[in-house]
Amino acid sequence: MNNDGRRRVNAVIEVEHLHKRYGETVAVDDVSFTVGRGEIFGILGRNGAGKTTTVECLVGLRAPDGGTIRVLGRDPLRDHAEVTRRVGVQLQDGQLQDRLRVGEAMRLYASFYPEPADGTALLEQLGLEGKERMPYGRLSGGQKQRLSIALALIGRPRIAVLDELTTGLDPHARRDTWDLIEAVRAAGVTIVLVTHFMPEAERLCDRVALIDAGRVVHTGTPAELVERSGEPTLEDAYVTLTRRTP
Amino acid sequence: MTALASTELRLFLRERSGPAFGVGLPILLLIIFGNLPFYHERRDDLGGRTLLDTYVPILVAFSLAMLALNVLPPVLAGYREKGVLRRLRTTPVGPVRVLGAQLVITLVTALVAVTALLLVARFAFGVGLPRQPAGFLIATLLATLALTALGLLVAAAAPGGRAANAIGAAVFYPLVFFGGLFLPVETMPPALARISHATPLGAAVTAMTDATNGHWPHWIALLTLLAWAGGAAAAAAKLFRWE
Repeated sequence: MNNDGRRRVNAVIEVEHLHKRYGETVAVDDVSFTVGRGEIFGILGRNGAGKTTTVECLVGLRAPDGGTIRVLGRDPLRDHAEVTRRVGVQLQDGQLQDRLRVGEAMRLYASFYPEPADGTALLEQLGLEGKERMPYGRLSGGQKQRLSIALALIGRPRIAVLDELTTGLDPHARRDTWDLIEAVRAAGVTIVLVTHFMPEAERLCDRVALIDAGRVVHTGTPAELVERSGEPTLEDAYVTLTRRTP
Repeated sequence: MTALASTELRLFLRERSGPAFGVGLPILLLIIFGNLPFYHERRDDLGGRTLLDTYVPILVAFSLAMLALNVLPPVLAGYREKGVLRRLRTTPVGPVRVLGAQLVITLVTALVAVTALLLVARFAFGVGLPRQPAGFLIATLLATLALTALGLLVAAAAPGGRAANAIGAAVFYPLVFFGGLFLPVETMPPALARISHATPLGAAVTAMTDATNGHWPHWIALLTLLAWAGGAAAAAAKLFRWE
Protein backbone atom coordinates (compact mmCIF):
# COMPACT_ATOMS: atom_id res chain seq x y z
CA MET A 1 0.00 0.00 0.00
CA ASN A 2 1.02 3.62 0.14
CA ASN A 3 4.24 3.91 2.03
CA ASP A 4 2.76 7.06 3.54
CA GLY A 5 3.68 8.90 0.39
CA ARG A 6 6.92 10.55 1.41
CA ARG A 7 10.37 9.29 2.25
CA ARG A 8 11.37 10.21 5.73
CA VAL A 9 14.66 12.04 5.81
CA ASN A 10 15.49 10.68 9.23
CA ALA A 11 14.31 7.13 8.66
CA VAL A 12 15.82 4.71 11.19
CA ILE A 13 13.82 1.71 9.99
CA GLU A 14 12.97 0.99 6.36
CA VAL A 15 11.02 -2.12 5.47
CA GLU A 16 10.32 -2.69 1.77
CA HIS A 17 8.14 -5.47 0.41
CA LEU A 18 8.96 -7.85 3.24
CA HIS A 19 7.85 -11.40 2.48
CA LYS A 20 8.13 -14.39 4.79
CA ARG A 21 6.61 -17.84 4.58
CA TYR A 22 6.81 -20.96 6.71
CA GLY A 23 6.54 -23.84 4.28
CA GLU A 24 3.27 -23.30 2.44
CA THR A 25 1.96 -20.75 4.93
CA VAL A 26 2.56 -17.13 4.06
CA ALA A 27 3.13 -15.31 7.35
CA VAL A 28 3.99 -11.93 5.82
CA ASP A 29 2.90 -11.33 2.25
CA ASP A 30 4.02 -7.79 1.41
CA VAL A 31 4.82 -5.35 4.18
CA SER A 32 6.46 -1.96 3.73
CA PHE A 33 6.80 0.90 6.19
CA THR A 34 9.25 3.51 7.35
CA VAL A 35 9.87 4.68 10.90
CA GLY A 36 11.39 8.10 11.57
CA ARG A 37 13.86 8.96 14.29
CA GLY A 38 12.18 9.56 17.64
CA GLU A 39 8.82 8.27 16.53
CA ILE A 40 6.56 5.91 18.43
CA PHE A 41 5.39 3.66 15.64
CA GLY A 42 2.60 1.15 16.19
CA ILE A 43 2.17 -2.12 14.34
CA LEU A 44 -1.47 -3.10 14.70
CA GLY A 45 -3.33 -6.15 13.54
CA ARG A 46 -5.18 -9.25 14.60
CA ASN A 47 -3.55 -12.38 15.95
CA GLY A 48 -1.87 -14.15 13.05
CA ALA A 49 -1.82 -11.02 10.87
CA GLY A 50 1.98 -11.17 10.62
CA LYS A 51 2.96 -8.58 13.24
CA THR A 52 5.30 -10.77 15.27
CA THR A 53 6.97 -12.26 12.17
CA THR A 54 7.55 -8.73 10.85
CA VAL A 55 9.17 -7.74 14.14
CA GLU A 56 11.25 -10.94 14.24
CA CYS A 57 12.65 -10.11 10.81
CA LEU A 58 13.29 -6.55 11.98
CA VAL A 59 15.50 -7.68 14.88
CA GLY A 60 17.29 -10.37 12.88
CA LEU A 61 15.67 -13.41 14.46
CA ARG A 62 14.38 -14.58 11.08
CA ALA A 63 15.60 -14.36 7.51
CA PRO A 64 13.05 -12.78 5.13
CA ASP A 65 12.17 -14.69 1.97
CA GLY A 66 11.83 -11.44 0.06
CA GLY A 67 12.15 -7.67 0.36
CA THR A 68 14.70 -5.59 2.22
CA ILE A 69 15.03 -4.35 5.78
CA ARG A 70 17.28 -1.54 6.94
CA VAL A 71 17.63 -0.78 10.62
CA LEU A 72 19.79 2.28 11.28
CA GLY A 73 20.98 1.79 7.71
CA ARG A 74 22.08 -1.79 8.35
CA ASP A 75 20.92 -5.27 7.52
CA PRO A 76 19.68 -6.95 10.74
CA LEU A 77 21.02 -10.34 9.63
CA ARG A 78 24.35 -9.43 8.07
CA ASP A 79 25.19 -6.73 10.61
CA HIS A 80 23.64 -8.64 13.50
CA ALA A 81 26.14 -7.55 16.17
CA GLU A 82 25.89 -3.89 15.15
CA VAL A 83 22.08 -3.91 15.07
CA THR A 84 21.63 -5.82 18.34
CA ARG A 85 23.90 -3.34 20.13
CA ARG A 86 21.56 -0.49 19.23
CA VAL A 87 18.16 -2.18 19.29
CA GLY A 88 16.51 -3.25 22.55
CA VAL A 89 13.92 -5.98 22.24
CA GLN A 90 11.04 -7.12 24.39
CA LEU A 91 9.54 -10.34 23.12
CA GLN A 92 6.36 -12.18 23.99
CA ASP A 93 6.60 -15.14 26.41
CA GLY A 94 9.02 -15.90 29.24
CA GLN A 95 12.67 -15.81 28.37
CA LEU A 96 14.78 -16.04 31.52
CA GLN A 97 15.99 -18.89 33.71
CA ASP A 98 13.58 -19.54 36.60
CA ARG A 99 16.31 -19.36 39.24
CA LEU A 100 17.90 -16.19 37.87
CA ARG A 101 17.25 -13.28 40.22
CA VAL A 102 15.97 -9.91 39.03
CA GLY A 103 19.17 -8.09 40.03
CA GLU A 104 21.34 -10.76 38.39
CA ALA A 105 19.36 -10.54 35.17
CA MET A 106 19.80 -6.75 35.09
CA ARG A 107 23.56 -6.98 35.73
CA LEU A 108 23.95 -9.77 33.17
CA TYR A 109 22.12 -7.91 30.42
CA ALA A 110 23.90 -4.65 31.33
CA SER A 111 27.20 -6.48 30.73
CA PHE A 112 26.18 -7.16 27.11
CA TYR A 113 26.24 -3.48 26.13
CA PRO A 114 29.03 -0.90 25.97
CA GLU A 115 27.19 1.87 27.87
CA PRO A 116 24.33 0.40 29.87
CA ALA A 117 21.66 2.43 31.61
CA ASP A 118 21.26 2.62 35.41
CA GLY A 119 19.54 -0.68 36.23
CA THR A 120 18.41 0.40 39.69
CA ALA A 121 16.65 3.47 38.28
CA LEU A 122 15.00 1.40 35.54
CA LEU A 123 13.68 -1.14 38.06
CA GLU A 124 12.33 1.73 40.14
CA GLN A 125 10.59 3.30 37.14
CA LEU A 126 8.97 -0.04 36.40
CA GLY A 127 7.86 -0.64 39.99
CA LEU A 128 10.30 -3.48 40.59
CA GLU A 129 12.38 -1.84 43.31
CA GLY A 130 13.06 -4.19 46.21
CA LYS A 131 12.63 -7.26 43.97
CA GLU A 132 16.35 -7.59 43.12
CA ARG A 133 16.71 -10.89 44.99
CA MET A 134 13.48 -12.41 43.69
CA PRO A 135 14.00 -15.33 41.26
CA TYR A 136 12.41 -14.86 37.82
CA GLY A 137 10.28 -17.99 38.29
CA ARG A 138 8.59 -16.49 41.35
CA LEU A 139 7.60 -13.21 39.70
CA SER A 140 3.97 -12.60 38.72
CA GLY A 141 3.07 -12.32 35.03
CA GLY A 142 3.00 -8.53 35.23
CA GLN A 143 6.37 -8.40 37.02
CA LYS A 144 7.95 -10.65 34.39
CA GLN A 145 6.56 -8.37 31.73
CA ARG A 146 8.00 -5.27 33.42
CA LEU A 147 11.39 -6.93 33.90
CA SER A 148 11.44 -7.80 30.22
CA ILE A 149 10.78 -4.12 29.39
CA ALA A 150 13.64 -3.13 31.71
CA LEU A 151 15.97 -5.58 29.92
CA ALA A 152 14.93 -4.13 26.55
CA LEU A 153 16.01 -0.69 27.76
CA ILE A 154 19.12 -1.58 29.79
CA GLY A 155 21.49 -1.20 26.82
CA ARG A 156 20.46 2.43 26.13
CA PRO A 157 19.09 1.40 22.72
CA ARG A 158 18.54 3.84 19.85
CA ILE A 159 15.47 1.79 18.93
CA ALA A 160 13.25 -0.22 21.27
CA VAL A 161 11.05 -2.92 19.76
CA LEU A 162 8.29 -3.86 22.17
CA ASP A 163 5.94 -6.75 21.37
CA GLU A 164 2.72 -6.67 23.41
CA LEU A 165 4.08 -4.02 25.76
CA THR A 166 1.35 -3.97 28.41
CA THR A 167 -0.32 -7.36 27.99
CA GLY A 168 -0.93 -8.79 31.45
CA LEU A 169 -0.40 -5.50 33.28
CA ASP A 170 -3.02 -4.03 35.58
CA PRO A 171 -4.30 -0.52 34.73
CA HIS A 172 -1.91 1.23 37.12
CA ALA A 173 1.13 -0.62 35.86
CA ARG A 174 -0.03 -0.04 32.30
CA ARG A 175 -0.21 3.71 32.79
CA ASP A 176 3.16 3.81 34.55
CA THR A 177 4.62 1.85 31.63
CA TRP A 178 3.11 4.28 29.12
CA ASP A 179 4.67 7.17 31.07
CA LEU A 180 8.02 5.39 30.98
CA ILE A 181 7.79 4.80 27.22
CA GLU A 182 7.01 8.49 26.67
CA ALA A 183 9.98 9.44 28.83
CA VAL A 184 12.21 7.07 26.87
CA ARG A 185 11.05 8.58 23.61
CA ALA A 186 11.61 12.08 24.98
CA ALA A 187 15.22 10.99 25.47
CA GLY A 188 15.43 10.40 21.71
CA VAL A 189 14.72 6.67 21.43
CA THR A 190 12.63 5.44 18.52
CA ILE A 191 9.94 2.99 19.58
CA VAL A 192 8.24 0.25 17.61
CA LEU A 193 5.20 -1.01 19.43
CA VAL A 194 3.29 -4.16 18.49
CA THR A 195 -0.20 -4.11 19.94
CA HIS A 196 -3.83 -4.87 19.44
CA PHE A 197 -4.87 -2.75 22.36
CA MET A 198 -6.31 0.39 20.78
CA PRO A 199 -6.22 2.73 23.81
CA GLU A 200 -2.49 2.07 23.92
CA ALA A 201 -2.02 2.87 20.24
CA GLU A 202 -4.12 6.02 20.62
CA ARG A 203 -2.23 7.20 23.68
CA LEU A 204 1.31 6.46 22.51
CA CYS A 205 1.64 6.12 18.75
CA ASP A 206 2.52 8.97 16.40
CA ARG A 207 1.82 6.73 13.45
CA VAL A 208 0.61 3.19 13.00
CA ALA A 209 0.73 0.52 10.32
CA LEU A 210 -2.34 -1.66 10.25
CA ILE A 211 -1.45 -5.15 9.07
CA ASP A 212 -4.05 -7.63 7.91
CA ALA A 213 -3.41 -11.06 6.37
CA GLY A 214 0.27 -10.26 5.87
CA ARG A 215 -0.23 -6.89 4.13
CA VAL A 216 -0.25 -3.29 5.28
CA VAL A 217 -3.76 -1.98 4.81
CA HIS A 218 -3.13 1.47 6.24
CA THR A 219 -0.28 3.66 7.43
CA GLY A 220 -0.80 6.99 9.12
CA THR A 221 -1.62 8.70 12.38
CA PRO A 222 -4.30 7.09 14.54
CA ALA A 223 -6.57 10.06 13.70
CA GLU A 224 -6.10 9.48 9.96
CA LEU A 225 -7.01 5.85 10.43
CA VAL A 226 -10.24 6.78 12.21
CA GLU A 227 -11.06 9.34 9.52
CA ARG A 228 -10.44 6.95 6.66
CA SER A 229 -12.66 4.26 8.14
CA GLY A 230 -15.55 6.62 8.79
CA GLU A 231 -15.95 5.10 12.23
CA PRO A 232 -16.20 7.06 15.51
CA THR A 233 -13.23 5.54 17.40
CA LEU A 234 -9.88 3.90 16.69
CA GLU A 235 -11.20 0.61 18.02
CA ASP A 236 -14.13 0.72 15.60
CA ALA A 237 -11.83 1.73 12.77
CA TYR A 238 -9.52 -1.18 13.59
CA VAL A 239 -12.36 -3.69 13.66
CA THR A 240 -13.81 -2.40 10.39
CA LEU A 241 -10.49 -2.33 8.53
CA THR A 242 -9.43 -5.80 9.65
CA ARG A 243 -12.78 -7.55 9.32
CA ARG A 244 -12.47 -10.77 7.38
CA THR A 245 -14.72 -10.93 4.34
CA PRO A 246 -16.67 -14.19 4.64
CA MET B 1 31.51 -13.07 28.65
CA THR B 2 32.78 -13.44 32.22
CA ALA B 3 29.44 -12.14 33.54
CA LEU B 4 27.62 -14.72 31.46
CA ALA B 5 29.91 -17.56 32.57
CA SER B 6 29.71 -16.61 36.24
CA THR B 7 25.92 -16.29 36.04
CA GLU B 8 25.65 -19.73 34.46
CA LEU B 9 27.97 -21.17 37.11
CA ARG B 10 25.86 -19.64 39.90
CA LEU B 11 22.69 -21.12 38.37
CA PHE B 12 24.44 -24.50 38.02
CA LEU B 13 25.36 -24.50 41.72
CA ARG B 14 21.94 -23.15 42.73
CA GLU B 15 20.23 -25.94 40.79
CA ARG B 16 22.28 -28.42 42.90
CA SER B 17 21.57 -31.46 40.68
CA GLY B 18 24.93 -31.11 38.89
CA PRO B 19 27.12 -31.09 42.00
CA ALA B 20 24.89 -33.65 43.79
CA PHE B 21 24.57 -36.26 41.02
CA GLY B 22 27.76 -35.57 39.11
CA VAL B 23 30.16 -35.25 42.05
CA GLY B 24 28.39 -36.30 45.27
CA LEU B 25 26.73 -39.52 44.13
CA PRO B 26 29.85 -41.19 42.62
CA ILE B 27 31.84 -40.31 45.75
CA LEU B 28 29.05 -41.68 47.95
CA LEU B 29 29.09 -44.93 45.96
CA LEU B 30 32.87 -45.07 46.32
CA ILE B 31 32.58 -44.65 50.09
CA ILE B 32 29.92 -47.37 50.31
CA PHE B 33 31.96 -49.80 48.16
CA GLY B 34 35.11 -48.93 50.09
CA ASN B 35 33.44 -49.95 53.33
CA LEU B 36 32.41 -53.39 52.07
CA PRO B 37 35.14 -55.94 52.97
CA PHE B 38 34.70 -58.12 49.86
CA TYR B 39 35.55 -55.13 47.65
CA HIS B 40 39.06 -55.32 49.11
CA GLU B 41 39.72 -59.01 48.24
CA ARG B 42 42.18 -59.67 45.42
CA ARG B 43 40.43 -61.62 42.68
CA ASP B 44 41.84 -63.86 40.00
CA ASP B 45 39.06 -63.00 37.54
CA LEU B 46 40.10 -59.33 37.84
CA GLY B 47 43.77 -60.06 37.18
CA GLY B 48 44.69 -60.02 40.85
CA ARG B 49 43.10 -56.60 41.46
CA THR B 50 40.41 -55.91 44.02
CA LEU B 51 36.83 -55.09 43.11
CA LEU B 52 37.42 -51.58 44.50
CA ASP B 53 40.43 -51.08 42.17
CA THR B 54 38.18 -52.10 39.30
CA TYR B 55 35.38 -49.78 40.32
CA VAL B 56 37.38 -46.53 40.53
CA PRO B 57 37.56 -46.06 36.71
CA ILE B 58 33.93 -47.21 36.45
CA LEU B 59 32.83 -44.55 38.93
CA VAL B 60 34.90 -41.93 37.08
CA ALA B 61 33.07 -42.83 33.86
CA PHE B 62 29.75 -42.92 35.74
CA SER B 63 30.35 -39.37 36.96
CA LEU B 64 31.21 -38.11 33.46
CA ALA B 65 28.11 -39.77 32.00
CA MET B 66 25.93 -38.32 34.77
CA LEU B 67 27.12 -34.77 34.07
CA ALA B 68 26.98 -35.06 30.29
CA LEU B 69 23.73 -37.01 29.89
CA ASN B 70 21.58 -36.25 32.92
CA VAL B 71 22.65 -32.74 33.95
CA LEU B 72 23.61 -30.87 30.75
CA PRO B 73 20.80 -31.81 28.27
CA PRO B 74 17.80 -30.69 30.39
CA VAL B 75 19.49 -27.33 30.99
CA LEU B 76 20.11 -26.62 27.31
CA ALA B 77 16.80 -28.01 26.05
CA GLY B 78 15.02 -26.10 28.82
CA TYR B 79 16.78 -22.88 27.77
CA ARG B 80 15.55 -23.38 24.24
CA GLU B 81 12.03 -24.30 25.39
CA LYS B 82 11.76 -21.24 27.66
CA GLY B 83 13.09 -18.85 25.03
CA VAL B 84 16.28 -18.05 26.95
CA LEU B 85 18.36 -18.71 23.80
CA ARG B 86 15.92 -16.79 21.61
CA ARG B 87 16.11 -13.76 23.91
CA LEU B 88 19.92 -13.90 23.84
CA ARG B 89 19.89 -13.93 20.04
CA THR B 90 18.56 -10.37 20.18
CA THR B 91 21.58 -9.20 22.21
CA PRO B 92 25.13 -8.55 20.97
CA VAL B 93 26.37 -11.53 22.99
CA GLY B 94 24.25 -14.21 21.34
CA PRO B 95 23.42 -17.73 22.51
CA VAL B 96 26.63 -19.47 21.38
CA ARG B 97 28.42 -18.25 24.49
CA VAL B 98 25.79 -19.76 26.79
CA LEU B 99 26.50 -23.06 25.10
CA GLY B 100 30.22 -22.43 25.59
CA ALA B 101 29.74 -21.53 29.26
CA GLN B 102 27.72 -24.70 29.85
CA LEU B 103 30.40 -26.84 28.20
CA VAL B 104 33.15 -25.24 30.28
CA ILE B 105 31.10 -25.80 33.45
CA THR B 106 30.58 -29.46 32.52
CA LEU B 107 34.29 -29.93 31.84
CA VAL B 108 35.43 -28.21 35.05
CA THR B 109 32.91 -30.13 37.16
CA ALA B 110 34.06 -33.36 35.52
CA LEU B 111 37.68 -32.58 36.42
CA VAL B 112 36.67 -31.78 40.01
CA ALA B 113 34.72 -35.05 40.25
CA VAL B 114 37.53 -37.16 38.78
CA THR B 115 40.17 -35.58 41.01
CA ALA B 116 37.98 -36.02 44.09
CA LEU B 117 37.25 -39.68 43.25
CA LEU B 118 40.93 -40.52 42.72
CA LEU B 119 42.00 -38.75 45.92
CA VAL B 120 39.28 -40.28 48.12
CA ALA B 121 40.06 -43.73 46.66
CA ARG B 122 43.77 -43.21 47.31
CA PHE B 123 43.72 -41.69 50.78
CA ALA B 124 40.58 -43.21 52.32
CA PHE B 125 40.82 -46.71 50.84
CA GLY B 126 44.40 -47.19 49.68
CA VAL B 127 43.63 -47.59 45.97
CA GLY B 128 46.70 -46.70 43.92
CA LEU B 129 46.60 -43.59 41.70
CA PRO B 130 46.82 -44.19 37.93
CA ARG B 131 50.38 -45.34 37.18
CA GLN B 132 50.22 -43.83 33.70
CA PRO B 133 48.80 -40.36 34.60
CA ALA B 134 49.10 -38.82 31.10
CA GLY B 135 47.29 -41.78 29.58
CA PHE B 136 44.59 -41.53 32.24
CA LEU B 137 44.16 -37.80 31.58
CA ILE B 138 43.84 -38.34 27.84
CA ALA B 139 41.34 -41.16 28.35
CA THR B 140 39.32 -38.93 30.71
CA LEU B 141 39.33 -35.99 28.31
CA LEU B 142 38.31 -38.10 25.32
CA ALA B 143 35.57 -39.75 27.38
CA THR B 144 34.32 -36.32 28.48
CA LEU B 145 34.31 -35.16 24.85
CA ALA B 146 32.42 -38.22 23.63
CA LEU B 147 29.82 -38.08 26.41
CA THR B 148 29.35 -34.31 26.19
CA ALA B 149 28.82 -34.60 22.43
CA LEU B 150 26.16 -37.26 23.14
CA GLY B 151 24.62 -34.91 25.72
CA LEU B 152 24.50 -32.12 23.13
CA LEU B 153 22.83 -34.52 20.72
CA VAL B 154 20.19 -35.34 23.35
CA ALA B 155 19.66 -31.60 23.95
CA ALA B 156 19.36 -31.02 20.20
CA ALA B 157 16.90 -33.86 19.65
CA ALA B 158 14.67 -33.21 22.67
CA PRO B 159 11.84 -30.71 22.26
CA GLY B 160 12.06 -29.50 25.87
CA GLY B 161 13.64 -29.89 29.30
CA ARG B 162 11.46 -32.79 30.43
CA ALA B 163 11.96 -34.73 27.23
CA ALA B 164 15.71 -34.14 27.50
CA ASN B 165 15.58 -35.57 31.02
CA ALA B 166 13.80 -38.70 29.80
CA ILE B 167 15.98 -39.21 26.71
CA GLY B 168 19.14 -38.52 28.70
CA ALA B 169 18.20 -41.18 31.27
CA ALA B 170 17.26 -43.64 28.50
CA VAL B 171 20.75 -43.24 27.03
CA PHE B 172 22.50 -43.10 30.41
CA TYR B 173 21.39 -46.43 31.90
CA PRO B 174 22.39 -48.74 29.02
CA LEU B 175 25.69 -46.86 28.74
CA VAL B 176 26.58 -47.22 32.42
CA PHE B 177 25.57 -50.87 32.21
CA PHE B 178 28.06 -51.43 29.38
CA GLY B 179 30.54 -49.31 31.32
CA GLY B 180 30.40 -52.01 33.98
CA LEU B 181 28.56 -50.24 36.78
CA PHE B 182 26.53 -53.36 37.58
CA LEU B 183 28.99 -55.93 36.28
CA PRO B 184 32.62 -55.02 35.50
CA VAL B 185 33.57 -55.61 31.87
CA GLU B 186 36.19 -58.22 32.89
CA THR B 187 33.44 -60.41 34.34
CA MET B 188 30.94 -59.96 31.47
CA PRO B 189 30.21 -62.85 29.07
CA PRO B 190 32.34 -62.42 25.90
CA ALA B 191 29.42 -61.25 23.71
CA LEU B 192 28.47 -58.50 26.19
CA ALA B 193 32.11 -57.52 26.63
CA ARG B 194 32.47 -57.09 22.86
CA ILE B 195 29.45 -54.76 22.75
CA SER B 196 30.81 -52.96 25.77
CA HIS B 197 34.11 -52.18 24.05
CA ALA B 198 32.23 -50.47 21.24
CA THR B 199 30.25 -48.18 23.59
CA PRO B 200 31.70 -44.90 24.82
CA LEU B 201 31.64 -45.90 28.49
CA GLY B 202 33.04 -49.37 27.84
CA ALA B 203 35.87 -47.86 25.82
CA ALA B 204 36.43 -45.17 28.47
CA VAL B 205 36.63 -47.66 31.33
CA THR B 206 38.96 -49.92 29.34
CA ALA B 207 41.27 -46.99 28.52
CA MET B 208 41.24 -45.71 32.11
CA THR B 209 41.88 -49.20 33.51
CA ASP B 210 44.87 -49.62 31.17
CA ALA B 211 46.29 -46.30 32.38
CA THR B 212 45.59 -47.18 36.02
CA ASN B 213 47.59 -50.40 35.60
CA GLY B 214 50.52 -48.47 34.13
CA HIS B 215 49.95 -49.12 30.41
CA TRP B 216 49.30 -46.64 27.67
CA PRO B 217 45.54 -46.90 26.80
CA HIS B 218 44.90 -49.15 23.82
CA TRP B 219 44.58 -47.07 20.67
CA ILE B 220 41.35 -48.84 19.67
CA ALA B 221 39.68 -47.63 22.88
CA LEU B 222 40.88 -44.06 22.28
CA LEU B 223 39.80 -44.20 18.65
CA THR B 224 36.37 -45.51 19.70
CA LEU B 225 35.95 -42.51 22.02
CA LEU B 226 37.09 -40.12 19.29
CA ALA B 227 34.64 -41.64 16.82
CA TRP B 228 31.76 -41.26 19.28
CA ALA B 229 32.77 -37.65 19.96
CA GLY B 230 32.99 -36.77 16.26
CA GLY B 231 29.81 -38.58 15.22
CA ALA B 232 27.66 -37.26 18.05
CA ALA B 233 29.01 -33.71 17.69
CA ALA B 234 28.30 -33.69 13.95
CA ALA B 235 24.75 -34.99 14.48
CA ALA B 236 24.16 -32.48 17.29
CA ALA B 237 25.41 -29.59 15.16
CA LYS B 238 23.06 -30.66 12.37
CA LEU B 239 20.02 -31.03 14.64
CA PHE B 240 20.56 -28.19 17.10
CA ARG B 241 18.08 -25.31 16.98
CA TRP B 242 18.21 -22.10 18.99
CA GLU B 243 14.40 -21.95 19.17
